[in-house]
Amino acid sequence: MTPPPLLVIATTLVVLLGLATMLTWAERRLLGLWQDRYGPNRVGPGGLFQAVADGIKILFKQDWIPPFADRPVFVLAPAIGMMTVLLAFGVIPVTALWSIAGDLNIGLLFVFATMGLGVYSVVLAGWASNSKYALLGGMRAAAQMMSYEVFMGLSTLGVVMTAGSFGLRDIVQAQAGLWFVIPQCLGCVVFLLAGIAETHRLPFDLPEGENELGAGFHTEYSGMKFGMFFLSEYAGIVLVSALVTTLYLGGWQGPVLPPALWFAAKTGALVCLFILLRAALPRPRYDQLMALGWKVLLPLSLLNIVATGAVLLLRAPG
Amino acid sequence: MFGILRTLWLTFLHLGHRRVTVGYPETRPALPPRYRGRIILSRDPDGLERCVACNLCAVACPVDCISLQKAEQDGRWYPDYFRINFSRCIFCGFCEEACPTYAIQLTPDFEMSEYVRPNLVYEKEDLLISGTGKYPDYSFYRVSGVKIPGKDKGEAEREQPPVDLHSLLP
Repeated sequence: MTPPPLLVIATTLVVLLGLATMLTWAERRLLGLWQDRYGPNRVGPGGLFQAVADGIKILFKQDWIPPFADRPVFVLAPAIGMMTVLLAFGVIPVTALWSIAGDLNIGLLFVFATMGLGVYSVVLAGWASNSKYALLGGMRAAAQMMSYEVFMGLSTLGVVMTAGSFGLRDIVQAQAGLWFVIPQCLGCVVFLLAGIAETHRLPFDLPEGENELGAGFHTEYSGMKFGMFFLSEYAGIVLVSALVTTLYLGGWQGPVLPPALWFAAKTGALVCLFILLRAALPRPRYDQLMALGWKVLLPLSLLNIVATGAVLLLRAPG
Repeated sequence: MFGILRTLWLTFLHLGHRRVTVGYPETRPALPPRYRGRIILSRDPDGLERCVACNLCAVACPVDCISLQKAEQDGRWYPDYFRINFSRCIFCGFCEEACPTYAIQLTPDFEMSEYVRPNLVYEKEDLLISGTGKYPDYSFYRVSGVKIPGKDKGEAEREQPPVDLHSLLP
């Protein structure tokens, strides 16, 4: 039985936005725990309502647009960021039946298309702000996301070849016997790294490297427009985690527990990994980031494709 | 590569470590006795004010937050008023070091927030405590050569009686 699409859309929106909001608190709390502190623990039980308090505060902030900024683009940029991330969720299969777009046969391509559009949000924000730090951040983001997108796509090709489909549901169902994380471990690592760079999270957060660029592309943003960037970043983390879960960790599949819970648990663990990466690792230099991308990860993903192809050919009947 | 994984693992292990943070209003921090907090004026073991209004604390104060005026009664000096502006005080403890009579002392109490700034100006009545503070036995007038009612010159502790100069003549 397929649930009605409107219900799926509404639930996804509410859960996703709620999750992104709560992640701002969860991240600070986890970072605190990993640094021998407590993190925000005052508002509500365990500090649970900190995100609500922050939301109320940020809503009441003055909505200021710098006079030197390019107004329409400046306003549009955060909305694009949010929109593209939400769009990508349209094809993520939470369970076999629970997915907004149903079984889209180009699901993975659609995700990459929307993620590619996400670059516009950052670049336009940097450009429209019309200030040098924002522009530098925007340019960095453009170069970083473009180059990491190249092998983000390539790294998943092994999965696509093995599953024989671009549809995310088919990919999950192809992992019934063995999760792709084992035969495709190289692709999984490369995809995860590219995903971190794609969401410009630490340690790859050079577009907003605080100590060099102020706040990078969102230097000039304040109030709810900044909040929008913030939320879309967290939604992006959830998106990449959900993608890794779908592509490599067997999606909703797992014993005993209901499928949705398995999906949530796997995604949640990956989100925690994202936060752990932030807590533990320093930020590389920009040229190191680019060198890692083009000189290490791109050849690795190509190698992964060749190896997967060879294995598939050898195993092919006849 | 191994280093990165090791860093991740070690950071993850911090989940079970003890927290450095002290959750202040519920857990009180353990302050050492010599913590430099709220300033008080102590009394000597007889219950009289120790401060002799010498102004050394006011001189030593780098932010000029101490103000006092000398008064005199029966040969004893004491401050007519003694005022500390805690909105200026930086709790450096120089006044305590400068004090020749152990009168001014810093205590391990820091909870002196106010909503109105003038409330941070403490007068002598606010500063004086009934006890002796950190030095229970010390009394300036008992060891000094100053003449006060009930104690003439030469009667202080470890003080020789005054010498009649004329008896020293050859």
